[in-house]
Amino acid sequence: MASIKINSVSKIFDNVAALKDINLEFIDGEFISLLGPSGCGKTTLLRILAGFEEVSDGEVFIGKELVSSKSFHVLPEKRNIGMVFQAYALWPHMSVWENVAFGLKIQKNDKKLIKKKVEEALEVVGLMEYQKRKPSELSGGQKQRVALARCMAMEPSLILFDEPLANLDLNLRESMLEEFKNFHKRLKCTMIYVTHDQGEAMALSDRIAVMGNGTVMQLGTPQEIYHKPVSEEVAKFVGRGMVVDGVVTKNITDQQAEVMILGENFIFRQHKTYLNTGDSVKVSIKSEDLRISSKGIATKVISGIYQGNSWSILLESINDQTTMLKVNSFDAPPKETEVVYIEIKDGWII
Amino acid sequence: MMRSKTRDPKVLLILFAVSLYILLFCIYPIGKLLVQTILPPTGDFASLFMHVVGEKTVQKAIYHTLDASLISAFFSLIIGAIFAFLITLTDIRNKTILVFLLLIPMLIPAQITAVSWLELVSPSGPLVNVLNYFNLQGASNPLYSREGVILLLSIEHAAMVFLALRAGVYTIPANVIEAARSSGATPTGTLFYIILPLMTPFLIAGLALAFVASIGNFGIPALLGIPGRYLVLSTLIYQRLSSFGPSVLESVGILSIILILMAIFGLLVQYIVNKSNKTQMVEGGKINTPFKLGRYRLAVEVASWSFLLFVSILPLIALIKTSLVPALGMDFSLENLTADNFIFAIKNDVSSRAFVNSTFLGIVTALIVALFSVPFAYMSVIRKNKIANFLSMVADAPFALPGIVLSIASIIAFIRPLPLVHFSLYNTIWIIFVAYLARFLAFGMKPVIASMMQIDKSLEEAAQTVGKDSFARIRYIILPQILPSVMAGAVLVFMGAFNELTVSSLLWSVDNETLGVVIYNLYDEGNATGAAAISILTVIVTLLIVSILSFFSRKLPKGTLPWQA
Repeated sequence: MASIKINSVSKIFDNVAALKDINLEFIDGEFISLLGPSGCGKTTLLRILAGFEEVSDGEVFIGKELVSSKSFHVLPEKRNIGMVFQAYALWPHMSVWENVAFGLKIQKNDKKLIKKKVEEALEVVGLMEYQKRKPSELSGGQKQRVALARCMAMEPSLILFDEPLANLDLNLRESMLEEFKNFHKRLKCTMIYVTHDQGEAMALSDRIAVMGNGTVMQLGTPQEIYHKPVSEEVAKFVGRGMVVDGVVTKNITDQQAEVMILGENFIFRQHKTYLNTGDSVKVSIKSEDLRISSKGIATKVISGIYQGNSWSILLESINDQTTMLKVNSFDAPPKETEVVYIEIKDGWII
Repeated sequence: MMRSKTRDPKVLLILFAVSLYILLFCIYPIGKLLVQTILPPTGDFASLFMHVVGEKTVQKAIYHTLDASLISAFFSLIIGAIFAFLITLTDIRNKTILVFLLLIPMLIPAQITAVSWLELVSPSGPLVNVLNYFNLQGASNPLYSREGVILLLSIEHAAMVFLALRAGVYTIPANVIEAARSSGATPTGTLFYIILPLMTPFLIAGLALAFVASIGNFGIPALLGIPGRYLVLSTLIYQRLSSFGPSVLESVGILSIILILMAIFGLLVQYIVNKSNKTQMVEGGKINTPFKLGRYRLAVEVASWSFLLFVSILPLIALIKTSLVPALGMDFSLENLTADNFIFAIKNDVSSRAFVNSTFLGIVTALIVALFSVPFAYMSVIRKNKIANFLSMVADAPFALPGIVLSIASIIAFIRPLPLVHFSLYNTIWIIFVAYLARFLAFGMKPVIASMMQIDKSLEEAAQTVGKDSFARIRYIILPQILPSVMAGAVLVFMGAFNELTVSSLLWSVDNETLGVVIYNLYDEGNATGAAAISILTVIVTLLIVSILSFFSRKLPKGTLPWQA
């Protein structure tokens, strides 16, 4: 079990900065997701924590122990971490049992102890009867469970997940999410989970670090990053939100303000108490906060896409044709080019 | 779909031409060797076989062949494995130069490797003090021995084992190694518990590869083993045929069958291992986090550089020194320095003729192989034609089998005048040419096949829908994409033919010498300085070709050049 402290860490690959001055602190036992598009630096940060990459600058502490700095580096095998990979990374020449036992054997543990821990781990992931099989005889989900058992048997203080569900199909992904959650409850150790999938990050994490361009753009609970994004990038990335320009017409309280968007006034949440009437602001809006109504912003229907449980309707503002809005609706969309009015129920002033 | 394929008359034309090539140059000679030996016109195979194998000399040669090949293959494996792991897994510096040094003995033909080592270890060579110290300085060169043959075979074939093992390491997914590290395994532990077990098939295949190469090697056992009274099968065949002529073809045929069986054993091991290995791993790639050698790095680097400079560069320096002194045994000093040997090499009738012959053979073989390889590979890779696939398997045989076997097969097949024209290829340059056409087809086709496999199949189908015939598809769709590889294949064939000795050693005749033959004969006659000068010239040509190809390697698909990853 360990808290994590990342102190102004940077990483430069061939003169290109992959990570720029990262500062993060995680509490012992926390489940953290590093969320971001590919190339944002999340995997590099994970590999630095694992000890596979050295830092170009800054420090990393696992627990109270310094593990990485410009002049000091603890090798991956000395860090007492577990790692779960996207491609499972099971050792193909070893059976399930041997895969789980390998780390314990390397540590020259007592045979009885190894047996006890391996059996315990296999019991938890429900693969006891598969212990003699080779990885090639397992399904993707089973392989990933072996990888979990392999981590668990080692009782690491920190487990790192590198997009572990990216290779699995949709249904399996959901059941594995449950499994990861239970796994975290049971082990109670710190877990760091790299993903580009917001759904996974939201479902699993205590907190999410949204990354982009080698920086951490926001660290917060899933609710915070969804409902209170700190920047336009986060607002657009999380929940595929919209960001629209507006002008403050009235500062109601330190939590709320009235903003005019496309000629109509709406009330939004805010945390900028210093906003004045007439200030230009950007507002983060999610499509479920929009509603087709008899009044509001006049728009023209561009298209409607059926999504199974609802329709996603794309609209173009009549006043300003560069602004597009997306509405979620349970009703079938009006005909294309028809004019509809839009009300905005909620939004967040960035 | 099937109907349109068989309807295209040009497809039939290609198949016919390729079948004719394979039938005439590959199947006919080797088939005739087998048939004549196993079903001899006089006497029966069993008694002839027992008679030949009953000879003491033959038994010795068989034993020596196995002895030298197995032991040298084992050493090649050790050298190849150490460097494969150092290069792929660790943070050793200057990898490109190290790999190049390691590959030099493979790029330089065996007879030149042998000559250069003999000069290095000769009583007047640079290592004389070392030899004296170990009390190895006898009347003759210590390399004229079993140990000499084994040493040079080990070095000569280490590079090909290295290449095979390096490719093997790259099949291990980087995450599999990382998972071991994060489970607490040190780099050494990871090597022993994870990497070596996963590499086992590649290690066995590498051993078999070096074994097959060693039983087929002629230059080294000829230059070192014959004077050292250490005869192997290839040199025994050579000695008998060159002393007694075609009259011993029958008994020599039996010796080649024994060689073929040994080669097939080695090839079979490789085939089985590679086949069983395919199921194991799917993906791979370069390791992201190299093992840190830490405080041992400098020591490892010094050891690697010393070893490689010693085995790859020092012999060449000895060769250069020999080529610049007037006669063997003279000191290498400024007043002794002479260009006479090079003038001899260029002006002398035999050697200048050999330069012309080898260049001619190289160019013509390369052109014809290139011409056939494109439609052949097209039929086999893109059209997946069953006949073409079978023929390409057959075409591998003359390249995989020991060169001396092909040499005998060519004699047996072409000693009689050809029907209709009443002209015998024997004792002309054309018998060498015909043998080269068999020997180098598979070699020149490899790059073409590699690049054709990368072509998107839909391109061919798209062209089919526009209704072009197969000639037009090859000309306008396929060829523009694979042209660099076709040229690379042709240049590789040229290089192989230009440096060739084993096949031509039995097929040459006066006026029709190859460079390999001339170097061997000159050295055999005691003209070491002349042999050295010609060797240096051919090494320069070879290294020039290698650097030109490497320069253009970015245009070639992976795996085109045998020495690149």
